Amino acid sequence: MSQQNSSNNAYWQANIRLILISLVIWALVSFGFGIILRPLLAGIAVGGTDLGFWFAQQGSIIVFLILIFFYAWRMNKLDKEHGVDEE
Amino acid sequence: MDQFTLNLLFVGASFALYIGIAIWARAGSTSEFYAAGRGVHPVTNGMATAADWMSAASFISMAGLIAFTGYDNSSFLMGWTGGYVLLALLLAPYLRKFGKFTVSEFIGDRFYSKTARMVAVICLLVASITYVIGQMQGVGIAFGRFLEIDAFWGLLIGACVVFAYAVFGGMKGVTYTQVAQYCVLITAYTIPAVFISLQLTGNPIPALGLFGSTESGEPLLAKLNQIVTDLGFAEYTAAHGSTINMVLFTLSLMIGTAGLPHVIMRFFTVPKVSDARWSAGWTLVFIALLYLTAPAVGAMARLNISELMWPNGTDAPAVSVEQIESDPEYAWMATWQKTGLLGWEDKNGDGLIQYYNDKNADLQAKAEANGWQGNELTNFNHDILVLANPEIASLPGWVIGLVAAGGLAAALSTAAGLLLAISSAVSHDLLKGQLTPNMSEKNELMAARISMAAAIVVAVLLGLNPPGFAAQTVALAFGLAAASIFPALMMGIFSTRINNVGAVAGMVAGLVVTLLYIFLHKGWFFIPDTNSFTDADPLLGPIKSTSFGAIGAAVNFAVAYVVSGMTKETPQEIKDLVESVRIPRGAGTAVEGH
Repeated sequence: MSQQNSSNNAYWQANIRLILISLVIWALVSFGFGIILRPLLAGIAVGGTDLGFWFAQQGSIIVFLILIFFYAWRMNKLDKEHGVDEE
Repeated sequence: MDQFTLNLLFVGASFALYIGIAIWARAGSTSEFYAAGRGVHPVTNGMATAADWMSAASFISMAGLIAFTGYDNSSFLMGWTGGYVLLALLLAPYLRKFGKFTVSEFIGDRFYSKTARMVAVICLLVASITYVIGQMQGVGIAFGRFLEIDAFWGLLIGACVVFAYAVFGGMKGVTYTQVAQYCVLITAYTIPAVFISLQLTGNPIPALGLFGSTESGEPLLAKLNQIVTDLGFAEYTAAHGSTINMVLFTLSLMIGTAGLPHVIMRFFTVPKVSDARWSAGWTLVFIALLYLTAPAVGAMARLNISELMWPNGTDAPAVSVEQIESDPEYAWMATWQKTGLLGWEDKNGDGLIQYYNDKNADLQAKAEANGWQGNELTNFNHDILVLANPEIASLPGWVIGLVAAGGLAAALSTAAGLLLAISSAVSHDLLKGQLTPNMSEKNELMAARISMAAAIVVAVLLGLNPPGFAAQTVALAFGLAAASIFPALMMGIFSTRINNVGAVAGMVAGLVVTLLYIFLHKGWFFIPDTNSFTDADPLLGPIKSTSFGAIGAAVNFAVAYVVSGMTKETPQEIKDLVESVRIPRGAGTAVEGH
């Protein structure tokens, strides 16, 4: 039983780590590149405007999509590794 | 065939399709009715959730707000998609594991408190009713245009249709109807955008056309920047508002998305925890199809409108009143004038309609030299842009009919879904669950109908004097959901520390401060002229009332944490419940008995 608990703990820690990494990327592309860091990206031209504008209107959405699918794939694998998946 | 008949045909055909599918699907599987989604593939479920989620705000209003503001309104795009990341990572799989059907049930069980459940229901009602106001605005505009009457009458007729739609009900619960609505909605949104993108940039994919070049080789966005600045408006791609406000606004929309009960509910019913994760992704795929097109629709429409008003360039004379009244290319203006949402006036009597920003000091000299006496395109409601877009670009009649059907599909499906959520919250959670537990099933159904009617009356009354354009009204609803529901759900899963008293205090604090801030800026209960501040000059520095949800959420988290620290610890069996919610194994079994 205690072994099960420590395995569950390791699973939860791994999940939290994955969530944190994903949320850093989530914030970086939207609040970062799309808004706050936009002036830094002003030099990179994209179709009549700059990269920050692209991130704000399209890039962030594409990254969000990749993030969700990556998380789902990684977690479903993690479930199996830690033996907590649904049979 | 004239345009009116064509619109009627498209709208009628789409409604016949939904009703047909509802009858067909219902006959096949009555039991599936309440557990829509179980046994449905994540892709199909994602499509249905996308239809449920994308409303009048996304379809009718959003591109117009982007068109007339430019970069600053990118918040809508990032906010309403970024929320799905939070939903997929922080809520969906755990709520699915929990295995009940409503958000307030989870909050009631996790915080072992009937009060917590009641407070959650109230938060849900406040956010949902605000949301319905925004939907009714969209419905009013769509019906106004489609029946060629004033938007006020459009709103009243639309309210009756929504009510009938929701009461005959059930339709909403059938996943396949929503799949059909999604198909109508996305086709209606994409086809005119493809046409316009081809016309302007030669690229059939609007999302790429936005960053493409016009015939002359000049990038589309550069050309747009040039023409709007010539007319004294703010540069399209540049940032003008406060950065802090933009960050908070985006964050409010994101957190609010993840806190909206009718979206979260979809993930309770997928077959497995792993499916809940995939389902969020597929939902976002189908939402992104519209959201990647929307900024292109906005920018291209703005360019088209500017060029129609100045057919020979901004240095040549503007379009004449005579041309507006006789040229078929301008026929849309007369049609939209009938709704009261578009207007022009030849103030200086020169027979031309000058469209420019008369509040821009730099343009005064030019205006005086040319004898202009103010902007003569006196009224252009931003919410009409998407519906008027195919007419503005002179697209074929069937495209216009298709867009009318799509707009109505978006507004009606979400409005009806929200009314169902409101009525079940009142009759099931509030009355049956709390106040009158012995109520008969017949009375419960009656209470559901009455609360639905009451909600629609409230929404229509408040919708007559809306606190903003449809998408802005909806944004307020998201702020309220962000400040109340999301923090409680997240803390319920990620912290065992937060107890019953803390959660209740947090939700109440978050809801009350956000509601207060909104009422102070938008008027008490949105009644005009009862506001003490305006969003042009907000109470707290640059923070507008639409952006306050993120602050409200922070207040919720802080209050819950502090109060929990001062009160009795969470009991062991609740800690065990949280532990079990965190692990997918055993998701099939119910967690009743705690």
